[in-house]
Amino acid sequence: MIQIRDLSKSFGGNAVLRNVDLDVPEGEVTCVIGRSGSGKSVLMRHIVGLLEPDSGRVIVDGAPLDELTYSELRQVRRKFGVLFQGGALFDSMSARDNVEFPLRTFTDLTPNEIRQRADECLELVELPDAGPKKPAELSGGQQKRVALARAIAIEPKYILYDEPTSGLDPETSNTIDELIHRLGTTMGTTSVVVTHDMHSVLSIADRIAFVHEGTIPWTGTVDDLHRAESETLLAFVRANEYKIGVPSETA
Amino acid sequence: MEVPPSDASLAARVRAGCAPLWRIPGGLLQGFGAYCLLMAEAFNLPRDLRPSLYARNLATQMVQVGIDSIPIVSLATAFSGGVVVVQAIYQLENPLLPLSIVGTFAEQSILLELGTLVTAFVLCGRVGARIAAELGTMRVKEQIDALEAMGLNSRSFLVVPRVLAGVLMFPVLYVVAATVGMVMGGVVAELSGVLTIQTYWEGARLFFRPYDVFFGLVKSLVFGFVITSIACYTGYNAEGGAEGVGKATTRAAVLGCVWVLFADYACAALLL
Repeated sequence: MIQIRDLSKSFGGNAVLRNVDLDVPEGEVTCVIGRSGSGKSVLMRHIVGLLEPDSGRVIVDGAPLDELTYSELRQVRRKFGVLFQGGALFDSMSARDNVEFPLRTFTDLTPNEIRQRADECLELVELPDAGPKKPAELSGGQQKRVALARAIAIEPKYILYDEPTSGLDPETSNTIDELIHRLGTTMGTTSVVVTHDMHSVLSIADRIAFVHEGTIPWTGTVDDLHRAESETLLAFVRANEYKIGVPSETA
Repeated sequence: MEVPPSDASLAARVRAGCAPLWRIPGGLLQGFGAYCLLMAEAFNLPRDLRPSLYARNLATQMVQVGIDSIPIVSLATAFSGGVVVVQAIYQLENPLLPLSIVGTFAEQSILLELGTLVTAFVLCGRVGARIAAELGTMRVKEQIDALEAMGLNSRSFLVVPRVLAGVLMFPVLYVVAATVGMVMGGVVAELSGVLTIQTYWEGARLFFRPYDVFFGLVKSLVFGFVITSIACYTGYNAEGGAEGVGKATTRAAVLGCVWVLFADYACAALLL
């Protein structure tokens, strides 16, 4: 389980996160929603220890990240797969090498098993033929899908997704949403999805956390969203123009 | 920068104007501390290190730093060797001096100084800039974050093979540079019509000391470390987008050249 307690972070005097508390239950998909620049990605980076909080802490499976040595932190990070917003594929490697990289680095699989697993992952993201291509030869959406294949390759306990469907066509977005949902239901993977795509949120979320101006003023399930009264949350949801039964101002 | 009020005294205006200058030593000290820290963290190799992973990376870097640099290093030192001989002939037109001294002059210049320094300056541009641009791009495109998020020690994984490749391959490049420089010097001597290539080699052998080669090898090893480690530092700490990568690349080339000069002096003062 991931617990975030009283976490604050500023950059150059600009408070990005302020006293944030959040629990990410195991085996569920938690969607972190909010406007651009609200601090969602900064929150995600704290979860995997890429940023150090000014105050507060992140606890992963009972281990407070701020109390770990660098070596221990790296062990904790191996429980995670992270899909970065831009994919963050290694330019010098082919798509297949990118997917195989964590397998070669952290597992004792044989070369044949590694190749097989990489094929499986590329097929899961519907890019079975992308293996030999370099990231520069792939579209933005394809890069993101290869990055997703890399993130799931070692079957991590937790997967963090930073805007997994942004820049993708609706059909591919649905595929990614299905994959995120399937990983949760079939493998028990815990997912944290940072997004402002409400269509995805409504398809995959078990829990939703709404980030607004560096705080999390609302958390709940999709059903709770229908009954939410927070004006800022409703304004955000309405801006996505989805008819989800939230009370509108004109109603 | 602090802007003093218009009625401030001249002393206050001068003080405010000089304020950025006072920050320079602090900034340099901070930068040097960060550089030392990066090197210490990088060479504190993880216990779960997979040698095969690093070996493959090291081999790639050795090719890129060493083998791929041979043509440009050869070209630069060939011309340096030729120029040294032309200038020696011009300066030593004295009937009291034997012509073979041209070879001695070239041998001393190339083995002690030009073979390493010209190579180092060329490689500040070719190797230093490439490493800084590569790591800087990895930084701004979140690839270094991706390595860290996977649980890999990105400092060790990225810095150690590049610095080791520099330390191992620069002496090889020095041998190539010195050989090409000396041979080209001989060719230019023959073409000049003033002395024969045999006279040139006689002069080169006359005052040859194996210690000169040892000195050149040690210097090139030091330069290899300086250039690659500074490039790793500037690239690894690049900020922003394309502009940040550009700045990191420029800093790698400029700082590399400056620190090569300091290291050159230090080596001469300590070893000669």
